[in-house]
Parts: sequence; C-alpha cells; structure tokens
Amino acid sequence: MNARPAPARTRPGWIDWPTMNPAFPPPAALPRPATHRRLGRVLWRNLRVGVPVCVAVALLISLIFRDRLVQNLVFSLCIGLSIQALVQLGRYVGTARQRRQGAQGPELDHLWPGWHWMGPWVVGAALLGYAFGATLGSALLGMGTPLHMLANPRALIIVLVITLLASGLTTYFYVTRGRLDAAEAAAQAARRAAAEHQLMLLQSQLEPHMLFNTLANLRVLIGSDPARARDMLDRLIAFLRATLNASRSSLHPLAAEFDRVGDYLALMAVRMGPRLVLQLDLPEALRQVPVPPLLLQPLVENSIKHGLEPQVAGGRIEVGARREGSALVLTVRDTGIGLASGSAVQDGFGTAQVRERLATLYGDRASFLLRPAPDGAGALAELRLPLEAPTG
Amino acid sequence: MNPTALIAEDEPLLAESLQAELATLWPQLQLLASVGDGASAVREALQHAPQVCFLDIRMPGLTGLEAAQALAEDWPVPGPPFPLLVFVTAYDQYALQAFEAQAVDYLVKPVDTPRLAACVQRLKARLAERQASPAAAGAPAADAPSLEQTLAQLRGLLGQAGGAAAPAPRLEVIQASVGNLVHLVPVDEVLYFEAADKYLRVVTASHEHLIRLSLRELQPQLDSAKFWQVHRSLVVRASAISTALRDESGKVFLTLRGRPEKLTASRLYAHLFKGM
Repeated sequence: MNARPAPARTRPGWIDWPTMNPAFPPPAALPRPATHRRLGRVLWRNLRVGVPVCVAVALLISLIFRDRLVQNLVFSLCIGLSIQALVQLGRYVGTARQRRQGAQGPELDHLWPGWHWMGPWVVGAALLGYAFGATLGSALLGMGTPLHMLANPRALIIVLVITLLASGLTTYFYVTRGRLDAAEAAAQAARRAAAEHQLMLLQSQLEPHMLFNTLANLRVLIGSDPARARDMLDRLIAFLRATLNASRSSLHPLAAEFDRVGDYLALMAVRMGPRLVLQLDLPEALRQVPVPPLLLQPLVENSIKHGLEPQVAGGRIEVGARREGSALVLTVRDTGIGLASGSAVQDGFGTAQVRERLATLYGDRASFLLRPAPDGAGALAELRLPLEAPTG
Repeated sequence: MNPTALIAEDEPLLAESLQAELATLWPQLQLLASVGDGASAVREALQHAPQVCFLDIRMPGLTGLEAAQALAEDWPVPGPPFPLLVFVTAYDQYALQAFEAQAVDYLVKPVDTPRLAACVQRLKARLAERQASPAAAGAPAADAPSLEQTLAQLRGLLGQAGGAAAPAPRLEVIQASVGNLVHLVPVDEVLYFEAADKYLRVVTASHEHLIRLSLRELQPQLDSAKFWQVHRSLVVRASAISTALRDESGKVFLTLRGRPEKLTASRLYAHLFKGM
C-alpha cells in the first residue's frame, strides 16, 4: 500500500447536509444504572458462585470428618465469602496499582492484574479470610474463640488445604470466564462493526439524494421524452442491481466495471446536463482483466460530488485504464474544484474503503493515490493493481 | 399586476419541469429568471425583485439557504417587499425538520402535482394578504414585518444548521503561509475574520493575514461565545467590539477596540446588539 495520505475532499461551496444528516444516527449511550442496582448486580454475580462453592466445601468437610453439616455450613460460608471478598478486593487493588504504574491492556480492563500479583494475594486472602471467617463463625455459633481448632492440627491442615484449593479454583474460574466474556464481547463488537460498515457502504452507494434527484429527472422525462426515460431507467436498474450485488461476487471483468461506472455517469449526465462532460477509455486488451466490483465507483462519485457538482461551470471527468509492466493502472481524473488544501486532511469514507479493499485483496502489491491533477485544476485518483489474480 | 417568480435549480430538466408545471397551475405567474447556481440566484433576485423565489438547496456555489441568507442581508430597505421563499430539496431529513420547525415553505423532489398546487395556493393567499394590508399598499417601507418574519425564520434555520454540525476541536493557532514562510497567529489575538472570495482575512490589532479556508470550515473550530458571526462573511471577537450603531435599514455599524475601521453587521444578526 502506498502510505502517502490523500487529502479529503471537502465541499467549500456547500453546507454539508449529509454529515449533519446521518440516516443512521449514532446509538445513544446506554443509561448507567443506579449505584445500588450495580452494587446488587456485582453482589449477585459473586454470590451465585461463592455460595455453591461454600456449600460444596461444607459437604466435603462433613464427609471427611463425619461431623455436623449445619455447623460446617456456617463456618464454610463465613470463611469462603470472606476470602472471596478479599480476593475481589485484590483484583481492584492490583489493577489500580498496575494502572498507576502505566500498564494497560484488555486483562486490566476486566480487572485481572495477572497471576504474579493474584497468586500470592489469593494465598494471603485464604489465610486471612480463614482466620476472620472462623472467628465470625465461632461467634455466630456461640463457640467463643476459634482457638479450639488448634487442638487438632491434622484437621486444621486438611481444612486449610481445602480452603486454599477452593479459593484458587474459584479465582481460576473467574479468570477463565472473564477471558471468555472478553473474547465474546470482542467478537460481538467485530460483528457489529462489520454490519455497520456494510450499512454505511450501502448507504454511501444508494445515497438518497442521488436516488431521489434521479427519480425526479426520470419523472420529467417520462412526460417529455419517453425513449430517453426508458434508457435512463435501464441505467438506474443496472446501477441498483450492481450496487446490491457488489458484496456478493468477488471479481468481475474490467469491462463490466466500466459499464457500471458508465451507468452512474450516464445518470449524472442527465441530471447535470451540459455541465458534465464524460469520457471512458478502456483498451480492448484490458477488457477481461478481473477486478473487484465497484472499486472505481467511490472515486467517480467523489469526482462528481466534491469536484464537479460544486463547481458552477461543471467540468469533465475521464476514466481510463492502462497497462504498465505487470500492473494495471486505473485513473479517474476530473476538472473540478480540486482537493481541499490545508487543515482538513483526512480520508473520506469512500477513499478509506478503496484503500481497505485493496489492502485486503492485494496486500502491498496495490496502491491508491489521490492528488491534484498534474495539468491544472481538478483531482486525479490513481489505482495500481497487479495484473494477475489477487491472492486474497 | 401579475405575480413574479425566480427559479434557482441546477438540474436543467428539473428547472424546466418546475417552470412548465407552474405555467399550468399558475398561468398568471411571470417567470423573471431561471438560474442554475446560488450566486446567480442572489444577483438576479436583487435585480428583478421577484415576489416568489424557488430555491434548490443543493446548488453549486451558494446553497439555497446561503442564497436566502445573502438575499436577506442585502435586500434594499426601503424597497420592494422581500420575496416569499420556497425551498426545494431531494432528500434532507434534517433540513425538512428545520423547515417544518420554522414554518418555511418547501417542496420535496420529485415534486408531485397536488403538492405543487397546494404550494401555489398558499403562495397566492400570502400575496393576497400582502396586497390587502393597507400599509403595504401605501408605503413600500411598511413591508418591514414580512422581512422581519423571514429574518426570524432564517435565523432559526441557520441556527439549526450550525447546531447540528459536528463539533470540531478548538483552533488555538492559525497558520498563515506566505511563500515558504508560515506565520503562526494565536486565535486569542485575532479581532475578526472576513471572508474574501476564496480566502479568509485574519485581522489582529497590528497585522493582517490571508488563509485558504472558508468561514464555514473555520467557524465550528471557534468558541461561538467569544466570536460572533455578524454577517455571512464576517466573524468578530465580541470583546473587541466597542460600539454598535443601528441605522434605519436594520444594519448595524460596529467600531472596534484596537482597529480604526468600521465593520457592518447585517440585519440578520442585528438582534445580537441591543441594550441590556
């Protein structure tokens, strides 16, 4: 790809209605739920994992020591939920700490500071949570201090190991699920972006302003010149069909590409009358060269919309193709108002889309350049693609 | 006296067709001029003073709305009554909303005959109202209310058009190049910007620079509380204005702090200058 930036074409003579007139306005930001509702959601997400784990641990311990389940449940819940609270706290603290040190990334966005931080933290949280939870449990059950547990070191060790394992596994579960969620969210965002892109593409091609103005002209011709009206309608049908099919077929002959561009320009010629002079040059030898469909369309549209239409006197547009060594060079040249100079240098949607398609299909074997026409006013867009079939 | 009209439409077939349909629906209407761009529309309308103007929105040069703005700013007062405006557009959802909100007459292309007939009826009624109004019949200057009403509508339209434009990042420094030399001019030092053909004059207390930018491209990058548009080609730093003097035609003459020249605010923006 050619890395030289192409200046965007702006419309100095126009109020930019289309930009203030998006047919698809950006979706309003989702309202942020009230604090107590968010808190409730976080609590529920934690408890629906924490409580079952605690119950399972209580059952396991009751099985091992063959003692009272209720008592073990109370202890297990007190200890387990304390540990969980501490572990979650660790995720916030660790994330905040690493952010302060300048780290960033998708893991941090999902509150995961990494095992190097969380590993030791989980162990610490398990021990501390155990001590706190045991104290709380003993108090709740009226057993005074939990010191009686020290009487049986073997049992204490078994319980501690179970606690550590449960804490580690639960944390691991959270991490995995977080990653899955993140991957799912990314996939969804990609799908949404692709759909939006498709919509924008379609909208840019079926621009309502162009469509309704064409129909208005057609309406006039039906009364005054039915033969010309039929020809215009045929062109419009071919243009619409090509636009709607463009995404479905991967390549078509250059001759077909020129026909489609010709349809569009013929429609514009009816609308603009003597203000538009057009010329299409396709050498016989290049007619069958396969090219991506409607690749030239955005460039021709730009020339009309930003180059010739805003110019009171109108002008001339030339579309050409030639062979240079092993490259096919396609050119769209206009004698319009030229490219905007200075501040507003950025790709428009049309040119960005051309670049993107070339990059996907040909990698760096293709290039696109938009520059002031070398001989006087207007703009020259030049596409250079390899003559052999694309790899993509 | 027959009613008179001007059509501004850049697509020849559509201009012809509108002309033909109007001839059928309103045979008395006399077409004074049919033009294909905004600047010609303003010129011809000022010269011929039609009673009705059909203005296409998207035209080369000035848009229909800009043409209306220029007409409203330059219309001679006292003089003939300001034309009734009908905007014509193919598809501009937001423009249509704005037209609705400001009660401005508009047509959507393709224009169907019943819709055009309804528009003609409304225009006839408005013209009859004007003639019946005793003040208008006697002294032409007393048509001021109709111009005032149009000004209010245009202010509304222009305000909405500006408000909907994408907000741009604030400009801090203006780069004006002369040959290979680039002058950096802090926006804080600029007293006013004046559009001159394809260029923009950037005027500070001591210097003057030319940049290739239109006022419309520049304006979203300025703080509208500090810089006021006072004319379609003039944006002035509010704090640099020293006095404002209104004349009987509605124009306002401004004197500046730090510059000897006087600037003229158009009647479209005269409402900015009134005592507190």
